[in-house]
Amino acid sequence: MTGVQAKVLLIEDEPNISEALTFVLARDGHDVRTHSDGLTALDAIKDYGPDIIVLDVMLPNRSGFDILADLRASDFAPQTPVLMLTARGQKKDRDMAIDAGASRFMTKPFANDDVRQAINALLRQTGNHA
Amino acid sequence: MINANILLVVSLAYVVLLFAVAFWADRRAEAGRSTWLRSPLIYTLSLSVYCTAWTFYGAVGFAARSGLEFITIYLGPTLVVVGWWWILRKLVRIGKAQRITSIADLLSSRYGKSNLVGAIVTILAVVGTTPYIALQLQSVTLSFEAFNQVSPAASGGGVRNTALWVAAGLALFTILFGTRNLDVNERHHGVVTAIAIEAIVKLFALISVGVFVVWFVADGPADIQQRIDASAISQFDVDGSRWMGLTFLAAAAFICLPRMFHVTVVENEDEKNLEMASWAFPLYLGAMSLFVIPIAVVGLELLPADANPDLFVLTVPLSQGADGLALLSFLGGFSSATSMVIVAALALATMVSNNIVMPLYLRSRAGDGATISGDVRNVVLFSRRVAIVAILTLGYLYYSVSGGSRALSAIGLISFAGVAQVLPALLGALFWRGGTRTGAAAGLITGFTLWAFTLLLPNLAGQSAWFGPIMDNGLFGLAMLRPEALLGVTALDPLVHAIFWTMLLNTLAYIIGSVSSFPTPLERLQSVEFVNAFDQQSSPKGWSQSRAEAEDLLVMAQRIIGGRETQRLFAAQAQTQGKDGYLPDITPAFIETLEKRLAGSVGAATAHAMMAQIVGGSSVSVEDLIAVADETAQMMEYSNQLEIKSTELERTARQLRDANQKLTALSVQKDAFLSQISHELRTPMTSIRAFSEILREGELSVFEQKRYSSIIHDEARRLTRLLDDLLDLAVLENGQVSLNIEVDAIGDILDRSIAAVAKKDTKLDIKRRRIAERIKVQTDVDRLSQVFINLIANAQKYCDADAPVLHIEVSQVGADVIVDFIDNGSGIDSPQQAVIFEKFSRLSDHQRAGGAGLGLAICREIVSKLGGTIRYLPGHDGAAFRVTVPKALALAAQ
Repeated sequence: MTGVQAKVLLIEDEPNISEALTFVLARDGHDVRTHSDGLTALDAIKDYGPDIIVLDVMLPNRSGFDILADLRASDFAPQTPVLMLTARGQKKDRDMAIDAGASRFMTKPFANDDVRQAINALLRQTGNHA
Repeated sequence: MINANILLVVSLAYVVLLFAVAFWADRRAEAGRSTWLRSPLIYTLSLSVYCTAWTFYGAVGFAARSGLEFITIYLGPTLVVVGWWWILRKLVRIGKAQRITSIADLLSSRYGKSNLVGAIVTILAVVGTTPYIALQLQSVTLSFEAFNQVSPAASGGGVRNTALWVAAGLALFTILFGTRNLDVNERHHGVVTAIAIEAIVKLFALISVGVFVVWFVADGPADIQQRIDASAISQFDVDGSRWMGLTFLAAAAFICLPRMFHVTVVENEDEKNLEMASWAFPLYLGAMSLFVIPIAVVGLELLPADANPDLFVLTVPLSQGADGLALLSFLGGFSSATSMVIVAALALATMVSNNIVMPLYLRSRAGDGATISGDVRNVVLFSRRVAIVAILTLGYLYYSVSGGSRALSAIGLISFAGVAQVLPALLGALFWRGGTRTGAAAGLITGFTLWAFTLLLPNLAGQSAWFGPIMDNGLFGLAMLRPEALLGVTALDPLVHAIFWTMLLNTLAYIIGSVSSFPTPLERLQSVEFVNAFDQQSSPKGWSQSRAEAEDLLVMAQRIIGGRETQRLFAAQAQTQGKDGYLPDITPAFIETLEKRLAGSVGAATAHAMMAQIVGGSSVSVEDLIAVADETAQMMEYSNQLEIKSTELERTARQLRDANQKLTALSVQKDAFLSQISHELRTPMTSIRAFSEILREGELSVFEQKRYSSIIHDEARRLTRLLDDLLDLAVLENGQVSLNIEVDAIGDILDRSIAAVAKKDTKLDIKRRRIAERIKVQTDVDRLSQVFINLIANAQKYCDADAPVLHIEVSQVGADVIVDFIDNGSGIDSPQQAVIFEKFSRLSDHQRAGGAGLGLAICREIVSKLGGTIRYLPGHDGAAFRVTVPKALALAAQ
């Protein structure tokens, strides 16, 4: 709705949450892809080359923190903005996310509008979109 | 009138009865039926060996001469026995742990297994006890005379012969029942039982005389009270210092007298016996003293002024023509005398043989450079028998020479003061780790010498003019050294004076000697074992390695404690070491056990020296070996101490580490649990919130509306289920569950469980064997069903076979019922099998099934509440769970 359209990769293992976010972001005109496994998440990022990544912390086989750390150290997408989502609401989770290089951090459950605005803000900051 | 012949026949009959009792008790004990022979009652009665003829006859004389003062003789022991917790219990504990055979052995053992200390105590005991034995012989003769109406002066050989025959008879009894065998524990059932009988006889006799005096001679208690008030006895002043001194003396004697030590410690079968003795023995003493004053008062009134008050117990009934009662009274006095002599002779003989004869014998053998040879056992027994005869002979000689003229109570008190010299070293042994052999010897010798000078010498001075000048002018003519006024102290009563100086200088010498000397390693080890008798078990020590062959030890031990006993000991030791046969490895623990066992027969120092000879090698002298042993002991002690210290440190560090780990683990667990709960609650809430926002915004197709609201519905249900599970688990874990026990067949429970799980679209095929399911269980049927539902639902959710099948197999093993749930899916990987019963241990891919990972945790809690177990069965193709519950859960087990 804000006119900024981008490729969004949603890495989230809970299918209902994926479905809801996909619906919300697609309605804003974004090109949304989803991925649900931690181990293959980096391949998916490399494959798709998203403008922004929405990353869950508790993923099967590999944690979101580890994926993010690898991504920041990678040669293919070290700067891609990452919005982290977690259902573990403790302060240390937020600290760990920021330390690992998350651009934003949000606790579940969230308001759909908050996610949309955060994504748009991040996209505007980087300007790296189509 | 009872003549000498009747008296003789009665005495003989009584002696025969005692022999019979002792013989019978020994036989019973050998047959292993000695339970009641070792009851607290018999133990308490045996303590009455404290009440000798001195108490039986002398207390009345004491009261007639000095009023209420005689009470102190009962007060002292009462204080000791009532305070048994403090000293007696410790003595008994140590006596058992160290296999102590006598008070000399105890001090020898404590002060580095020292022969010197043991020998000093033994000599002191013999010297202190001999007058006392003489006193008993005298009392028996005097009581004979009382019947014969013969004056002591004119008695001549006949009366002397009475004492001789009594001494011989007692020697025979003591040898027969005291040295029949070399008992490991030095316990003599026959002797103790006979003593207990005598205790009853003397109490009964004294009370009978008392009742006679109060109700038949006088007109009841009121009349007696008047007579007491009128008599000289009520006029005696109570001298505070003498009271305290006498009470102290009696208390000290109760602990230190060889015969008292023998019955309280050596013959003690069970520490618990002390509990009863602590109240029953004072009662006994109270009963013994009840009629002393009435008898004394009536005696003073009725009998001529020159009558011996020591014999009132006999002469009052005789003067009233109550011959039967006098005879009973005579038996009471006879019992008092004989029981004392028997136990004293037994205790002294043990001391003489273990602390004087055996060390000398070993020394003489060691001079040949040979190992222990010959039958040591026979040497010990023989030396004891000779010692018994010698001690009684000594008593008889003392009696003959002293002429039996002194008042009974005077001799008794001097004897008490003599043995009390052991007290400082004994208390030091129990409570002061700093006490050393040098200190003990110094204290004992000082106290003993002073006792002889301040008490024995004045006593003898009355009979011999030779000592007169010393009494009047002091030793070497120095006025400061007058026996009854040392350093010019003249204000005190002679006895209190002696107690004061002997105890003061004895204790000082003990402390100074201990502080200024250096303890040997062995002394230090023993001091720890004695002082800390209650808080540590003795640790293996002394010999680290040994060249001894087990056979050599076996041969030696057989000679001392007998073949059967030795083989039993060795075999038991071999068994504890896990070895076949009867020869154990020569470990320090074994050597120490053996040494203690041998010490029970021949005394600590001797046993140690003998072990040294064999364990240390064959051709060195005892001194060399003891030196080697000391060095080894020193090294062992040093390394023991280091080891103890480092073990302590390690333990402390480990405890800290453990505590820290526990705290960390708890904190981690708590964090993890909160995170998990948070995650499990927030995830469905996220879906609910996201889709409800989408629905609220509108502009959706009917299909979308329907789909999204059904997702919200499902997630809301998931939340509810999660909360239910959490609450259920919390209740189970906190143990607040009340079980509702019913009886039902397993098959019926399974039927209901399956019905509860069944979904319309399920493909799961459940295979059961109805016959086996007829087993009935008595348990909380609903809870068990909850477990079954969980397991069946898990199979329904997770079994990934194309044609999923769940086998349910029921069987019974012993008192348990086993229900196995085995499906044909891909099962659970072994690393995960370990954690599936933990909370939130949900396996990956859980979302498809929608569980929160609490089901199996709940199952585990339930099954454990039902007294059973649930576990994963590895080795099957699919997932396999086994539930085991008791067939009948007792209601109390809830």
